[in-house]
Amino acid sequence: MPGLDDLYKEIILDHYRNPRNQGELDSPPAHRTEGFNPLCGDEVTVTFEISDNSLSEVRIAGHGCSISQASASMMSAAVKGKSIDEVREVTRRFKAMMSIHEEEIGSEASEQTSDEVFELGDLEALKGVVKFPVRIKCATLSWNALLTGLGELEG
Amino acid sequence: MSLPRNIKEQFPLLSQVVNGHQIVYLDSAASSQKPAAVIEAMNDYYRTINANVHRGAYEIAAQATEAMESSRERIAKFIGANSANEVVFTKNATESFNLVARSWGGQNLSHGDAVLITDMEHHANIVPWQILSAELGFEIRWIPLTPDGQLDLTSLDQLLDGVKMVSLTAMSNVLGTLNPVREIADRAHEIGALVTVDASQYVPHFPTDVEDLGADLMCFTGHKMCGPTGIGVLWGHEELLDSMPPFLGGGEMIVDVRKDGFTANEIPHKFEAGTPPIAEIIGLGAAVEFLESLGMADIRQHEIQLTKYAMNALNNRYGDELTIHGPRDPDQRGGVLSIEYRDVHPHDLSQVLDQRGICIRAGHHCAKPLMKLLGVGATSRASMYLYNDESDIDALVDALEPAGEMFAL
Ligand SMILES: Cc1ncc(COP(=O)(O)O)c(C=O)c1O
Repeated sequence: MPGLDDLYKEIILDHYRNPRNQGELDSPPAHRTEGFNPLCGDEVTVTFEISDNSLSEVRIAGHGCSISQASASMMSAAVKGKSIDEVREVTRRFKAMMSIHEEEIGSEASEQTSDEVFELGDLEALKGVVKFPVRIKCATLSWNALLTGLGELEG
Repeated sequence: MSLPRNIKEQFPLLSQVVNGHQIVYLDSAASSQKPAAVIEAMNDYYRTINANVHRGAYEIAAQATEAMESSRERIAKFIGANSANEVVFTKNATESFNLVARSWGGQNLSHGDAVLITDMEHHANIVPWQILSAELGFEIRWIPLTPDGQLDLTSLDQLLDGVKMVSLTAMSNVLGTLNPVREIADRAHEIGALVTVDASQYVPHFPTDVEDLGADLMCFTGHKMCGPTGIGVLWGHEELLDSMPPFLGGGEMIVDVRKDGFTANEIPHKFEAGTPPIAEIIGLGAAVEFLESLGMADIRQHEIQLTKYAMNALNNRYGDELTIHGPRDPDQRGGVLSIEYRDVHPHDLSQVLDQRGICIRAGHHCAKPLMKLLGVGATSRASMYLYNDESDIDALVDALEPAGEMFAL
């Protein structure tokens, strides 16, 4: 039986109380994308700037539960300054971790150790969310918004 | 006068242990628990008389039909209907509303007409009208709310102008507000409009009489009144139901089918296409029998007392840190408490409460237009029923504080 400690790790609560990279960049020039969880009304707005093929600036705004807020804050810290390819890779790994298939998580995790650049680091703290399936959407809200934003740029 | 103290014992689920705690079930506005009598009535049907209804000439088929139709009679009496023919079985309240919109609306509404609903409706009484309005081009109007969550009737006359149907809830599933259905129905009738009442949150908790309410049509759902899921009711006056075209087509709802067309069955069967949910109908009949044995007036009294107790306990302990949406007077509302507590998001609150076996609902409660008015994405909602007692409320009140500490900003 998963307990509250599996979900609300101290580092998650820290990001919830002290969100990083809060606010909005002026768009344009920044790109702007929104995520919305119709089940709980949570909303996130991600604004970001790209220069030299990397994500040079990112800001998070919106409102939601501790998991969606913390995940957005941790995402902003994880992707800021990374190349677009790296951002996509971190996102892919994070979403794989959020997938409910335990085996997949196991194999992703072992691959990861061989490749320093893609360490999920603090993001690992969100791993416990998969034990609470209704909360997975909270954790992936901002990531999906960012992916949509990157997709719009390319497409 | 009051309900039996050991009433919880009649609900097998309420003795379950969740996360190491005996369950504290405070989500009856979403779905109620079922007494053993209902579960057994459905089991007995499957074990002893399971057969399709209205068809076979053999003994158990006749018994199944008899059991189903006597449920219909019991339900009709329970809501003060004139005859069992006025009780149409549907899947749930949502299907009842879709039936009303499609059948009555399809026949009677067109461009230039209006349907009047309210700002506190459940999606079940919004979306079917929106679907139809997109096809037929009639207008949907909304009765606004006062700051304390009551219907604001100051411009009712203007709102009613050109209206053919008023469709409103008797009680809000978010705010607990009890609406003056009779007063609104009388004014609607003066201008020749009909009235559909959403009694999903009303029939389970109040002595109900369709004539006193002033309804022409009324929708409710079995699973919120100690009955099973998969069964709902549409009640309507006989002449009105007679005048409405069929909704779903197929078996049971016809008396004749030819290559060039069909002849619809009499009401209520006209609206009951296909094999009905027989066990569920029998289960709902058993639920009504159970509620009658307790007495609806006593159930309502119990809920007023408990609502009073809960509102006092929450307000005394948490003061300004806590807001309860909706009317302040427990006599003027149902036992549904939507709570805002400090900055704790409803998701986080319900998650923490779950660890203590406390079930409350976090979400928009299928009333998104109302959420928007309240300026929130979601609320935490605790709702009570006949089996709740002060110990359930105490558990809720005690559990808020640690949640508040955990998520203090
Ligand atoms: C006021 C109200 N109307 C309609 C419904 C719809 O009930 P059902 O989902 O059983 O169709 C509900 C329950 O969710 C409700 O609370």
